[in-house]
Amino acid sequence: MPAYVLRRLLVSALILLGVSLITFFLLYVLPADPVRQIAGRSATTATVESIRRELGLDQPFLIQYGHYLAGLLQGDLGRSYLQKTEVATLIASRLPATLLLMVGAIFCELALGLSMGIAAALLRGRVADQALMMASFVTVSAPQFVVGLLMLYVFAVKLGWFPIGGYGTFLHLVLPALTLGILGSGWYSRMMRSSMIDVLRADYIRTARAKGLGRARVVLRHALPNAILPVIAMIGIDIGIFMGGIVVVESVFGWPGIGQLAWQAIQRVDIPIIMGVTLVSAIAIVLGNLLADLVAPFIDPRIRLK
Amino acid sequence: MTAALASPRPATALRRLARRPMAVLGIVLIILVVAGAVLAPWLAPYKPEEQLFDGLTLQGAPMPPGGAYLLGTDLLGRDLFSRLLYGARTSLVIGVVANGAALLIGTLIGITAGFFRGWIGAVLMRFTDLMMAFPALLLAICLAAIFSPSLWIVAMVIALVNWVQTARVIYTETTSLATRDFIAAERTLGAGTGRILFRHILPHLMPTIIVWGTLGISTTVLLEATLSFLGVGVQPPTPSWGNIIFENQTYFQSAPWLVFIPGAAIILLALAFNLVGDALRDVLDPTQRGRE
Repeated sequence: MPAYVLRRLLVSALILLGVSLITFFLLYVLPADPVRQIAGRSATTATVESIRRELGLDQPFLIQYGHYLAGLLQGDLGRSYLQKTEVATLIASRLPATLLLMVGAIFCELALGLSMGIAAALLRGRVADQALMMASFVTVSAPQFVVGLLMLYVFAVKLGWFPIGGYGTFLHLVLPALTLGILGSGWYSRMMRSSMIDVLRADYIRTARAKGLGRARVVLRHALPNAILPVIAMIGIDIGIFMGGIVVVESVFGWPGIGQLAWQAIQRVDIPIIMGVTLVSAIAIVLGNLLADLVAPFIDPRIRLK
Repeated sequence: MTAALASPRPATALRRLARRPMAVLGIVLIILVVAGAVLAPWLAPYKPEEQLFDGLTLQGAPMPPGGAYLLGTDLLGRDLFSRLLYGARTSLVIGVVANGAALLIGTLIGITAGFFRGWIGAVLMRFTDLMMAFPALLLAICLAAIFSPSLWIVAMVIALVNWVQTARVIYTETTSLATRDFIAAERTLGAGTGRILFRHILPHLMPTIIVWGTLGISTTVLLEATLSFLGVGVQPPTPSWGNIIFENQTYFQSAPWLVFIPGAAIILLALAFNLVGDALRDVLDPTQRGRE
């Protein structure tokens, strides 16, 4: 087990190295010039060139990347071109808001998805089951900005239950977390339904019924714990999907997390911030996948790590 | 022996599909959208870019649906229904082109890595792992924002981030197919690599390719809408369902139809492909049969 974790961490580090190289390369070859953005339209060629030299952007690609990597190994993500602040500081100040949003979203998707899936499995083959599965298809087919704007329109503008975007109180969290969680709830409800149906078919469930246990007890005590674990183990993989969604959801709700930071940086070609957020997202995705793999053998001892 | 593995004939598959109400609903929706897109020049009451003389109220606000204009007008006094019809063309073109390219890249990488294994397979699959760690949407936004986006650039960006899942699925299937006895038998008979790949492996992958191709259109439609909504996708005045929302979102409180009608169109189209793709998976994959 420790050897496995060590090897996976090593592979993860290599993957992150690859992500940083590819992102850096893309930003290097793409036709946007960060120096022009910083200098402004009226700047003279001399000013532009001096800024370029100052930022080291006149150097060849490998040297620029080498500098970046050297800094990275010392935990230095560089400075924002436009705000002159350390990227690490900027990300650290935005990360708590994003983490809060993700925790809220995970809660929403599990609460919605698992209960829908369990209900559908118990009502299998009936109209309610089909309606629930149809609903799960709709949630995975709805773009997050449409869901977000709909939530805002119904619950904030029309009903006035929640604030129209912003950050600060629990009420601010509800709509963005629900928007982010609703997409995942569709996947969870489908997985939960099929997991529950498989378990309900198992021999030990038949035994429990044959013993004369009531339906509620069989479902709650025998079936549910076994059916729910493999589904919950998928949370790690979700993180990757969230990292994409936060850019959209944070911009719709004006949520001050790293998604907005990234979006603003992209519009201004602020390369160090784009690099930083991409790397933080990639770390989250890699760790999430690792977590999912590490949890699997605890849930199902038949799975061995190798 | 191959018969047991072979996928059902297309006619049988279609007949089984027709017995599923959800799949039929999906097919009907797709036909409607395709018809709307193809027949747009004849169906649309106005030109999509035309700023109509009486398209705004006297106060300069857009017209709500139901009056002189079926679905109302937008902030510039253009007919929303006409823009939606032409926007369907954008969604479908990107859905087919971008997803087709992603499917091609994914299949090529997956089949190559799965069949040849060895260092070629290792390199290709490690690269696929690497792409999995990329926040795909962030990457797409970044690429689209930095290139000045056009329809084709958007399609290319989507293809570049969307091939990864297909590659992994095709890889797994190819590795298991490549070790089957009938492939070994073919090889003993002297069949070349090309013949084995295209005559024996590829046909067995077709069901998977069809299923992922259908589900992928849904992902692509959503990704295009999201990029266009952020303003880095298809650029106005070319209408796309995403950029109609982008252009009008600041007024969504006073003119909600400008956001929610195109929003509903996006959901319906993505839903249609998801329904059909999911039904196809059940119909084409014998191991999944009887699970519904």
